[in-house]
Amino acid sequence: MGYQATLEVLADPTRRSIVERLHAGPLPVGVLAADLPVSRPAVSKHLRLMKDAGVVRMTADGTRHLYELDLRTLDEVRRYLDGFWEASLASFKDAAESTTKGRTS
Amino acid sequence: MSSSSTAADETTTAVHRSIAVEVGQERAFEVFTEGFDSWWIRSHHIGAAEMDTAVIEPRSGGRWYERGVDGTECDWGYVIAWEPPERLVLVWQINGQWQFDPALVTEVEVTFRPDGDARTHVDLVHRHLERLGDAATQIRTVFESEAGWPGLLQRFAASAESA
Repeated sequence: MGYQATLEVLADPTRRSIVERLHAGPLPVGVLAADLPVSRPAVSKHLRLMKDAGVVRMTADGTRHLYELDLRTLDEVRRYLDGFWEASLASFKDAAESTTKGRTS
Repeated sequence: MSSSSTAADETTTAVHRSIAVEVGQERAFEVFTEGFDSWWIRSHHIGAAEMDTAVIEPRSGGRWYERGVDGTECDWGYVIAWEPPERLVLVWQINGQWQFDPALVTEVEVTFRPDGDARTHVDLVHRHLERLGDAATQIRTVFESEAGWPGLLQRFAASAESA
């Protein structure tokens, strides 16, 4: 799923509210809907769209269906920052070791 | 800083990186902070102008920012713990669109662990990445966008592979 679809999904305030609520953990659609100023069928429709875009996914807890944030997106951020800090620390090491003058403890 | 998070949470919401440097603890802390500008990768800036200087102000509450060649300053966050030569905690407030967002609080903790007089283990943890929230998805859009930072990503990849 391309980024344009994802952007479109997140452009909607109700869907952004859903993302915010799911930060705390997985929730069933009923709880999500009770919290939002739109009908339950409308929330279900939003969730379906978000699921197709890979923003949320559905898991089952017994007979209940729960929605949770799809961590693939978070994982990508994590991987990105991992590489970012790896490169940064390597550069720091070079700088520290090339200027060994100065104080030693 | 907020509530505890479990170890399991941290594996998905934090980044851990360590490196050993062949200098003493005090020197390592000094280069990391006072010498920040000397090692920060120049392309890692958020201002519209090329970066002139990157600064960590040496105190709790100090600013963490860049100054562009045109003189404009862009905040990145601030210092929340200044404990030379052992520990530094910075707040990182750059969101998924590479803009300063005062409402966003993620934390970068750096500890300097001495190993004899001439070696220091530097451990960095960037945590609370879940707070990037839907910015997480927006970051992905930056990655996937041709107008994004492809050069930067390529450099990261190259450096990761040669490390």
